Amino acid sequence: MSRVEARFLLRRNGGFTLDIALSLPATGVSVLFGPSGCGKTTVLRCLAGLARAETGRLAIGDSCWQDSARGIWLPTHRRPIGYVFQEASLFPHLSVAGNLAFARRRGEQPGGSDAELIALLGLGPLLDRRPGSLSGGERQRVAIARALATGPRVLLMDEPLAALDAGRKAEILPYLEQLHAELSIPMIYVTHSMDEVVRLADWLVAMEGGRSVASGPVAEVLVDLDSPLARADEASVALDARVVGHDSDYGLSKLDIGGIELWMAGLERPVGSALRIRIHARDVSLALYRPDGSSITNILPSVIEAIAGAGDHQCIVKLRMGNGARLLARITRRSRDLLGLTAGAVVYAQIKGVVPIN
Amino acid sequence: MPPLEIGPEDWLAIGLTARLAAVTLVVLFAIGTPLAWWLSRSRSAVAGLVSALVAMPLVLPPTVLGFYLLVLLGPRGPIGELTQSLGLGTLPFTFSGLVVASTVFSLPFVVQPLQASFSALGERMLEAAATLRAGPIDTFIHVVLPLCRPGFLSAAVLGFAHTVGEFGVVLMMGGNIPGKTQVLSIAIYNRVEAFEYAHAHVLAGGLLVFSFVSLLALQWFNRGRGGSRLVGGDA
Repeated sequence: MSRVEARFLLRRNGGFTLDIALSLPATGVSVLFGPSGCGKTTVLRCLAGLARAETGRLAIGDSCWQDSARGIWLPTHRRPIGYVFQEASLFPHLSVAGNLAFARRRGEQPGGSDAELIALLGLGPLLDRRPGSLSGGERQRVAIARALATGPRVLLMDEPLAALDAGRKAEILPYLEQLHAELSIPMIYVTHSMDEVVRLADWLVAMEGGRSVASGPVAEVLVDLDSPLARADEASVALDARVVGHDSDYGLSKLDIGGIELWMAGLERPVGSALRIRIHARDVSLALYRPDGSSITNILPSVIEAIAGAGDHQCIVKLRMGNGARLLARITRRSRDLLGLTAGAVVYAQIKGVVPIN
Repeated sequence: MPPLEIGPEDWLAIGLTARLAAVTLVVLFAIGTPLAWWLSRSRSAVAGLVSALVAMPLVLPPTVLGFYLLVLLGPRGPIGELTQSLGLGTLPFTFSGLVVASTVFSLPFVVQPLQASFSALGERMLEAAATLRAGPIDTFIHVVLPLCRPGFLSAAVLGFAHTVGEFGVVLMMGGNIPGKTQVLSIAIYNRVEAFEYAHAHVLAGGLLVFSFVSLLALQWFNRGRGGSRLVGGDA
């Protein structure tokens, strides 16, 4: 298996320093997440060989692509990677089929047949078109297929949705989820969108100022109170759920999340279907006793695992629900003091909003 | 008025001019393509210096350029001494000498369109090709050449036409030997000196039409497909 082990040290003239060590799993989607300018794209470019860290080491499985100590450097065109740029960067002088053929002819091992790729990304009707006549979303789908046509050992994606409007994003995301489900190679995905993190990530590396500030399985990093993600405004948890029933009178669906029941409105999915849901920390409030006569439907007994400050007047509380899964709640510092909340206390989490993410 | 016909001496001049322009164009592309590539990618001070040197023929009187080439390449000049010591003789008053002079003189007309075209291409297309396993030469042939076709076409037309039309540099390099170094522009000059205006008209008019048609064809081509292609799509 091709685990990605990397260490990059790179100094830029403007005072920016990238100093990062990565160890990413051999399967699934690893997301590099952080604000713009944190160096996440530079990391991806170093992995591809498009940028060169003066001190660096990079190995994919048993092949070494860079080791500055031993003078090893593999140029980009000798690395079995697939790379998707923020703008599709298709060759404008070639048709869609021509772009795919360009990649196919130069790949070492076939990465799934053309027919499979065309079906996977829905390119059938586009094959004879020129890139100039495609929409942004269509171009990006072609770019993904083209990257896969070389039969890469790792797929690198640099904010592939950032240049698209919301409608186009929604059009591409299902394809990315499909890739996630079907690809056997690891995918390394750069984004600054929390939404894409909770939809796609298996493994998460949070970056700030050229460094990694948290990394691990996404479910752990999202609730790690030391990570900037848990303290951000959009802090949330992602949970895998299954539809187990409907109440058509009230338009509610009953979900099962690992043994816990949750009601959710406006979900039109058949019983038995699986989905991922997101619960924002700002949508969770806490009570010491099970509230009577509350308008909130979902009230879950939980144990406080930890509390951390977030901003000047707010706290983020990490909770463990009955099934062991974690939840985040954002409350004011005043509430924490009034309720006397400390680690180990039992509270009732009132969940005001549950959002489906796919 | 004597009948307007092109004599054998004129045909010699026309043939020589075409041959000179063709050979020069080959040399120009051989030197100009890598030079333009380097100028479009390099940010060093040396590149600025070279760029200015290459552009010199645009502003210098051809006689000045021709004079210094004559001095450099002549029997006492440093390059002349080198060519003599290599047993090549001296270049002035030879066809090779004209090729050297024309190459220097027409270099900016090839380098500048190519450089502009390479710069407009940007890094991204090259990076995309590299991530698809295309090596540098593969990328140049299959990505750069087709995308920069308008630039190459402009360079070819301008380089060829400019060599055809040069006068001062050739004159200084000893270009008035019929069949050897007497090119079209000099033949025209000779006709005018001899008051053979009608004869001069035929040659001069022909050159005028040739230049105009070349440039017009270039305009049409670059407007019709080449131009829109380079810009079209998402770069």
